[in-house]
Amino acid sequence: MSDSEILVRVGNVSKKFCRSLKKSLWYGVQDMAREVNPFAGNAEKLKSISAFEDSLRPGEFWAVNDVSFELRRGECLGLIGRNGAGKTTLLKMLNGLIKPDHGRIEMRGRVGALIALGAGFNPILTGRENIYVNGSVLGLTKREIDAKIGEIIDFAEIGEFIDSPVQSYSSGMNVRLGFAVAVILIEPDVLFLDEVLAVGDIGFTIKCLNAVRRMAARSAVIFVSHNMQFVSSFCSRVIVMEKGKTLLDASNPADGIDRYYSMINLDRQVSGTGEAEMLHASLVVNGVEADGAEPQIPQGAQAHVLLTLRIADPQKRAHLDVYIHDEAMTAIVCLPVQDEAGEPLRIGGGQARVTVPLGSLELNAGKYSFVIAVRDATNSLSLCRLQGVLPFRIFASHSHWGKIVRPSRAQIKCP
Amino acid sequence: MSIPVTVYTPESPLKHPARLLRDLFGDLLASRELAWRLFVRDLSAQYRQTWLGYVWAFLPPLAASATFIFLQSQGIMKITGITIPYAAFAMMGTLLWQVFVDAMQSPITAVQAAKPMLAKINFPREAILMAGLYMVVFNFLIRLVLLVVVMAVWRVEPDAGLLLFPMAMIGLLAGGFAVGMALLPVGTLYGDVGRGITIVSGFWMLLTPVVYPARTTGLAGWLATWNPASPLITTARETLSGAAFTHLPAFFGITVAALLLCFLGLLAFRLVIPILIERMGG
Repeated sequence: MSDSEILVRVGNVSKKFCRSLKKSLWYGVQDMAREVNPFAGNAEKLKSISAFEDSLRPGEFWAVNDVSFELRRGECLGLIGRNGAGKTTLLKMLNGLIKPDHGRIEMRGRVGALIALGAGFNPILTGRENIYVNGSVLGLTKREIDAKIGEIIDFAEIGEFIDSPVQSYSSGMNVRLGFAVAVILIEPDVLFLDEVLAVGDIGFTIKCLNAVRRMAARSAVIFVSHNMQFVSSFCSRVIVMEKGKTLLDASNPADGIDRYYSMINLDRQVSGTGEAEMLHASLVVNGVEADGAEPQIPQGAQAHVLLTLRIADPQKRAHLDVYIHDEAMTAIVCLPVQDEAGEPLRIGGGQARVTVPLGSLELNAGKYSFVIAVRDATNSLSLCRLQGVLPFRIFASHSHWGKIVRPSRAQIKCP
Repeated sequence: MSIPVTVYTPESPLKHPARLLRDLFGDLLASRELAWRLFVRDLSAQYRQTWLGYVWAFLPPLAASATFIFLQSQGIMKITGITIPYAAFAMMGTLLWQVFVDAMQSPITAVQAAKPMLAKINFPREAILMAGLYMVVFNFLIRLVLLVVVMAVWRVEPDAGLLLFPMAMIGLLAGGFAVGMALLPVGTLYGDVGRGITIVSGFWMLLTPVVYPARTTGLAGWLATWNPASPLITTARETLSGAAFTHLPAFFGITVAALLLCFLGLLAFRLVIPILIERMGG
């Protein structure tokens, strides 16, 4: 690919922010004074990167710290990371809204962003009037908007409300209108997406995804999101950011997504009456005990869990349920533990070692943990409930749309 | 095929003055249609929700002059030395002064209102300032109608000096705008400036020959000479009232200086807007 296809070039870019508002405003005044002074030297900014750390004023920190990458047309880069990692700040610099404190950014072609939908909207004006305002803010002339106004109104699915004041719209209609204007009118060479892919109902979301895919095919895209399924299905490349730095620049999105999951901490929580406790738990994968704080397990592996439970009261009998939760603590798999006859397993008082087969771990790539729930056999009172037990990561070459992934081998029957 | 290339570095654009000027004029041209559309949007939104509509454009200055007209008519205040009826004198003064104050407040108000847009989208920002200025001119045109009515009712007849009226308006607009632009950078960050302007402009009106004629002696005389708004107001009123011009050289000097300051203000705005966006939130 020739050099001319490189649309985004980011070289050693850094940006500092201030934590305290009052200090930040004062530094703002200082920065402005320096900016308008034609005699101010460039000495500070030309300092070598190693002398960087000295140029932080009290209360400041590096929101973006020495980030570099290049992006070609047709590529889609996923920027992922925890909250506060610096993703949106980096995007703002690429969009020309704020200036880097160090480094160089080169953007070729027209830049478009699906970020602030409905910018310039005034609630008192009608939807139609606001289309013209928003379109004008996005840089289009009246004639260009006239040519596409029908398309926009159709896409937004607002119907006759288009001629009512926007303040009577629901929040969903607002977002749909903003999205419609942006998607129909913007024809960028570089496209920024900041968490805005899923809007409205499922039909509209699919329409949006298709429209964005069309735009993405012709441009270089930078996509900021916390939704790993979107990232996996859209992006050809992933950069994981943490505290302003590039943690990983992965040419395989699955690697980046896995790294992201490894940064999430699941805290263990205990609830219940306390009449039962879990003394030990271990995960055995394909016959081998998985060790380490967060073992990486291939998709589809056979596994079982070994639990050592103790029930304080020797007379009590208890039932056991094991759940597998994802990183958002949504229950994905429920395993009601049964005996050979299919009845709920009765665990007697005292200590017990239970082996719970999990079958094949056909889970989508991501981070998971167990919830162990012990309840009283007679009245179902929770004796002990542990959350965040044995966190593990499922690794796969691709992140699919769906929590359970079960490749299916089909045959074609000729008629 | 050449595609536009934009480069962002920490450097101040002042290091490349030719490019800075080219970008400024380019953006001013590019923002014409957007400025008009934003102005129409603000205008529709502003008056659609009121019952009195455009009457609100001239109620504030009329209310300001009503106090003084009352004081004068009751003999509580004795203002002498004017050639036209005091009611007309005061109303013309406050209507013209309101143009100056509007122009002064317009940059900060416009930027504050556009904060959500500025923080998220890159577009020619001069459009915001221009839209604000269009609103000031529009409100002035409404007041002009009232000025004509006032002049007709009190039989104030202008002479050939009327030809200088457009220039006087430019002087008032440029003067107010220049002050507004000078206050804009700090005023966007610190709310004190916006509040201060409201208080100061009330006081400034009393220090300027708005509701009384310009003096030549004493503190008032000193103020009439050194208060930059004085020649602007007195000359503007003189173009309408047919009176002799008393501060013409100062008026020209200040108008030219104001226009130059407006241009410098626009340049400074270009330089500091990324810093404002970074610090102002929204």
